[in-house]
Formats: sequence, structure tokens, C-alpha cells
Amino acid sequence: MAKREMKLAYVMLLPTFAIVLAIVMGPLLANFWISFKPVQLGDLRPASLITNERLRGDAENAGDAVAIEYRIRNSSRDDTIAGAGFTDTLPEGLTPTALDERCTVSGQFLTCELGDIEGGFRDRIRIEATVEPSYLENALNPRDSRPVITGTADNVLTNFEFSLENFRRVFSSSEFWHVLRVSMYYTIFGTAGALVLGLFAAQLLNTTFAGRGFLRGLFLFPYVAPVIAVAFTWVVLLDPFSGTLNSILQQIGFIDSPVNFFGERAVTINLFGLQFDFPVALSTVIAFEAWRYFPLSFLFILARMQSISSEMYEAAEIDGATPLQQFWYLSLPQLAGILAVLFLLRFIWTFNKFDDIFLLTGGAAGTRTLTVDVYEQAFAVSNLGAGAAVAVVVFIVLLTFSLLFFTFSPKDEA
Amino acid sequence: MTRPGIGFIAAVVSGGIWGACWMIVISVIFMLVSGAITRPPVGIALLAGVASAAVLAATMPSQRTPGIQIASIAAIIVLLGGLTLGAPLGLPLSQVPLYQLVAIAILIVLIWISNRLVIGDLSGGSLPRYQLELMFIRMMKGLGFVVFTVIVALPFYVMVMTSLKSQQSLLANPLDFSIDLSQGAESLFRSYIELFTQFRFGTFLINSAIVSVATVIITLAFSIPGAYAVSRLRFPGQAFLSRSILLIYMVPAIVLVIPLYAVFSQIGLRNTLTGLMVVYPATTIPVALYMLQGYFRGLPAELEEAGLMDGLTRVGVILKITLPLSLPALASVALYVFMIAWNEFLFAFMFLDNIDIFTLSRGVVSLNSSEVPRQHLMAGAVVATVPVLFIFLWFERFLVSGLTAGSVKG
Repeated sequence: MAKREMKLAYVMLLPTFAIVLAIVMGPLLANFWISFKPVQLGDLRPASLITNERLRGDAENAGDAVAIEYRIRNSSRDDTIAGAGFTDTLPEGLTPTALDERCTVSGQFLTCELGDIEGGFRDRIRIEATVEPSYLENALNPRDSRPVITGTADNVLTNFEFSLENFRRVFSSSEFWHVLRVSMYYTIFGTAGALVLGLFAAQLLNTTFAGRGFLRGLFLFPYVAPVIAVAFTWVVLLDPFSGTLNSILQQIGFIDSPVNFFGERAVTINLFGLQFDFPVALSTVIAFEAWRYFPLSFLFILARMQSISSEMYEAAEIDGATPLQQFWYLSLPQLAGILAVLFLLRFIWTFNKFDDIFLLTGGAAGTRTLTVDVYEQAFAVSNLGAGAAVAVVVFIVLLTFSLLFFTFSPKDEA
Repeated sequence: MTRPGIGFIAAVVSGGIWGACWMIVISVIFMLVSGAITRPPVGIALLAGVASAAVLAATMPSQRTPGIQIASIAAIIVLLGGLTLGAPLGLPLSQVPLYQLVAIAILIVLIWISNRLVIGDLSGGSLPRYQLELMFIRMMKGLGFVVFTVIVALPFYVMVMTSLKSQQSLLANPLDFSIDLSQGAESLFRSYIELFTQFRFGTFLINSAIVSVATVIITLAFSIPGAYAVSRLRFPGQAFLSRSILLIYMVPAIVLVIPLYAVFSQIGLRNTLTGLMVVYPATTIPVALYMLQGYFRGLPAELEEAGLMDGLTRVGVILKITLPLSLPALASVALYVFMIAWNEFLFAFMFLDNIDIFTLSRGVVSLNSSEVPRQHLMAGAVVATVPVLFIFLWFERFLVSGLTAGSVKG
């Protein structure tokens, strides 16, 4: 019985295992593999032989002499193709009379062996033939049968050459440490902002009043709407030239000239004689992060608050605890568990976040985080290997955080 | 009259904050709706709020007769009208008079009601700490409602309204979201019509729907048996799995995208919807499994045992007992997964090159160029948002209870 149950359980879990292994675990390992390879975006297509076939001469009467011409070339300028060649079926009714020396014919079946060809190789192969009546009847074109290509090229993705070049490049660039620092600021302040806003919003809606359901639905909008929609809306809203927010702030007299929220790296602020640089673009993307994800923490905190028994507050009330004391000494300790879990989850998710910053600033103006750097290296600079190396850094930082959190967080909360 | 104490000071401070706050909010809404431009006299509104609060706080709670309330309103009217020389919103009243009168009336009533609610039955004399904090919390809550509503509603308002305007009028006055209804529906909704006729948003909508629904179906088909096994059957590794399955959800998508891009390019899955329908479920199955197993665990096991006793097989028990009981959880998981798939951007952006198979996310990104006017981009954003928002509001109850019941315990 127990054995059957075990077997059933494994059968039921098998599809999940399969897809998770194929799409999550496999790529995770593959990413490590790629990070040790000097691979460019263009290397995804290994070198191959390209043929272009055409018929030379007019085939109008039986006995006409024609030629089938293959133009061949190596798709890569650098890589050698080993054992290159192709096979093709000649149309019925074309009888070969003279062959290129690299080709053989048996019946209508043509085989050409080119051997090893260098990068940038180009050549033509001519097969001369005479037209027979059956060819004219069938009206076949030699191009109807596509040549079958043979030959293998060295694929940089699957060979066993490794190098540390990608990591050397990543760690030696002066930008890397800046990117890492920006990532940390973004993660810490974005997470904290979303939690504080969520806690505040939950306090607001923890009482019953008319319109509460409506407000709760409204507060969830930023989280539910697609990231592209809200990100582009913020870009339009905060535009320095035609943005509504800049106009509002100017009309109220809050600012004198428009602020380029997503384009300005930093402004110098003079506060009581203390000068410091305030990172405008980074703060704006952090604000976006807090705005977009406060609904999630709001939902969970509200659910937890509604499960706290009201008796405790009644008792505190009788003992003369003030509202702020009740919040500080009763609500907060009750919420500590869910706040810790939310902090952990949101911290990890914020660190992983790519879409938001990519859509808002594209990583410009001092907002490039590690995840955006992965994209920049791999697809903008077309260096897949370097991108994978940054991705490895992302994963390792993440793993370190998770281990730290799980080691130092109390056990009963998860 | 009461002897003014700390309560009076608190009430007056709150009154000033409300005066300034409502002046900003109402005049901005006034500008957005009417298209007029003004520089709101925030300082004067602050004084008016102070005066109105002072009138209320200066009287004993029991003596706040309708007459006192009227005096409190009158204080706002007198200060706001007098100090601005008859231009309460910073504009002569002759300009867009109807909008102005409505805005001013709402402004006055809001300042007065806010003061009344904050001060409530508290006196303006010396207050114990409890009641002082009560006043503070009332004010903070009120401000919280205003601020949250504004920061959430403003972007969505701008999104919808921009899609109905033209590029020139927005550049001329970025605050003017007034809608000219006389231009007719076709002109008003021109950017939407162009999206669906020239930019092929109809196709994108269908593609998004196909991918999202397929993701939901595949995710449920995979995660229901998995979640049942983890929550009900005993096997080695069960405890480990139920705790660690969520870790899969922590793997960053950006780490997966390079290898998946490389592999999918080589096996020809990259530029296809099938590719997305393989990747999306893989990322949603762990979280769906986690949510479902939490719910399954909460169902009484006795029901299933009774079913087994009566001769049902395990599969029969799942189909006839467990699933019908967990419909709310299934609905919330389906909704959540649908949301993730519909809103997903990274893989759609990396994988799809062919415009025939763009999803909405990918389609809206293609509108983000200097050649496409802004209202088209915002119209695209609206088209992408409306379906998911509509479905979400329809099923919100399920989502909220399912999300929180399945995973939050303790």
C-alpha cells in the first residue's frame, strides 16, 4: 500500500519535474556553462554550407545542352567546415554529360564531396547535361529538389574549450561595482518602500466604511496592470517636456523648471550647508517599484490584520493604551511574521527584477542594475558569454542572500 | 468657548494641512478637467483651513450647533474669497465659470468636512495623550486616503486620457485633458481605431489570449496532481518538496533567458508561440503547486478517506471530492497564472520577432518609438490593461481569499 502510494506520488509529480528540469534547472546549469565560453550572439548559428542552384542554358528541345550550376559558400568568414558536401536529386530527363571532379552521379543522384573548407570559401560547381524528352514533358525545375547539406563545424557552445575571459572582463570593468551598488540601493529601498506603503494602505482599509471594496480594488490596480502599460504611463506622465506631473508641480510652484525624472543622473542638493548628490533617476525607478508592488504587501498585511482578534485591542483600550501604542505594541508584533516573509520575498523578487528598469530608463542615467547589465552585455553588446557571466553573479548574490535570510530568520514564520 | 490648549493647536495645524491639500488636489483636477491654467493660491487655502478649524475647535464639542458649522464654512469662504480678491482658484471667476463654481463649492465642503471629521467630538482645550493621538491618526488616515487615491488613480487617468488626445494638444498644454465630445466618436477614438486597423492589435490580442489561456490550462494540469501528491501522499522527499518548491520561483528569469534563447534558437522554438507556452508554465507551475498544496492540506482528509472506503480510486477521489471542494483555490490560481502570463514581458520581448505572433506586451513595446505618437502608445497600454483588469475585478474575491488563504498561515 505504502509502496503503491509512493509510486503514485512520483507519477503525479513527474510532469512537474520534467518541465521544471527542462526550463528552469537545465538553463540554470547551461548558464554556468555559457559563462565560461567566449560566445557571441552570432555564434548561435554554427558555420554551414550554403548552396544556390540554378539552370544555365535553354532547355527547349530534346538534345539541348544545359548546365546545372551550384554556387556554394561557407556561411562563416572564420570557421572551417569539416567534411563539407551535399547531395541532390537531378530532375528526371537531364542526363549528366560532364561532371565537376568533386562530384559523382549514380542514376539521378548527385553527390559532391568538398572536403574541409575554410571560412569565407566560395566556389561554383557545374554539372553539364543534355535534355531528354521526358524532362520537357514533366516541366521540372532543378530547384524543386533542395540539396541536402553535409558537414560539421565546430560549435563553440558545445565544444570543451573554456575560458575565464568573461569573468575577467566583468570584474575588471570599472562599471561593475557601480552596477552592483545601484542594484543594492534599488533592491533595499524598493522593498522597504513597497512594504511601508503596503502597511500604511492596510491600516487605512482595516476599518469598514462605504466604498471600502472599491478602494481595495483600486489600490490593487498597479500590481494587476501589465508592466509595459504602467511603465510607459509613468514615462509619459513624468516626461520633462509634455509630462503632466512636471506641469502640475510647476503650477503649484513646487519646482521652477521641469525635472527630467528618468534622464537626470543626479542633482546637487544644498541642505543646511551640507551638499550631497541626490540620484534623481534612481530614486524615480525606486518610487515606481514601491508604487507598483505595494498592493501585494498591502493584500497580505490586510489579511493578517483581519485575523488578529479584536479582544486584544479591547483589553488594551481598557488598560488605557493610546492608538499609537496599540499599533506599536500590539499590531506590529502580530505583523512581524508576515512582514518578515514579505520582506524576504520582495527583496528577492526586486533583486531579480528586469522589466521595470529596462522599460523606464533602459539602464541609463545611473539606474543600471545587474539584471539590466545581463541584457546589455548579452544582447546589446552581443556578447552572450559576458551576459551569462553577469547572470552567474546575479545568481550567486541571490543565493547568498537566501542562505543568510534562512539562517537568521526565525523558523516558525515560513 | 474653551480655553485654547494643545487640542486647539493640533486642530489648527490639521486645518492648515487640509486647506493646502484640498486646494492642490481640487485645482489640479479642475485644470485636468476644464483645460484652464491656474496657479492655485495654496497659502491662502492653508489660512482658510486654519480659520475653519479654529472656529470649530474654539467651541465646546457640545456647543457646536449648526450655526457654528455655518460659521466654520463662512470662515473658509471669506478668507478664500477675500484674500484672493475674488479669485479663489487663482483665476477670475468669469473664466470657465461653471467648472470654477463647482470646484470651489467642492473645495469648501471638503475642507470643512475634513476639519469636522478630524476634530470630531474632541475639544480644543488641553487634551490627554489618547485623544491627541486620535486626532493625529484621523488626520493621517484622511491624508492617506487622499494620497493613495491620487497616486494610484492619476497614472491610470493620464493613460486613458492621453490615448484620447492628440500629440499637438498635449505638447501645447500637458495639463489639458478636457474631452471635446463634439468631435464625434470616430475622432475621439482615432488612436484605438488605428491600432486595430494599422497596427494589428486585434492579432496581438488573440495571441495574448491564446498564450495566457494555454498557460493556465497547462499549469493546472501539471500542478493539480503535483500539489495533491505533495499534500496527501506519503513518499520520501515529501516534506522537502513541499518546502522547497517555491525556491524554483526565486530563480531570476534573466538568468534563464540567455540559455533558453541559445537553445530555442537552435531547435527552432524561439520565434514561436509554442516556445512561450513552454516557458510560461514552467515558471508558474511551482507557485501554483505551492498555493494549491496549502489549500489541499486545509481540506478535511476524512472526506477523502470516506471516498476511498466507498471504493473510489485515488483518481476518483481527486476528481469527485478534492477538486469540487477546491474550486475557489483553483479559480484564484488560474486567475493569478493568467495575470502572470498576460503581463509577461521579458520572454515575449526576447523571443518574438515575427509581427504575426506578437503578444500584447511585445506589441506595445513596438509602439515605443519616436515615429509613433504618444496617444497610440497609451491606447496600446489601455488595450493591454483593460482585459486583465476586467477579469481581475470580476474574480477579485477569489484571488484575494485564495492568495492569502493558501500561503499565509501564522
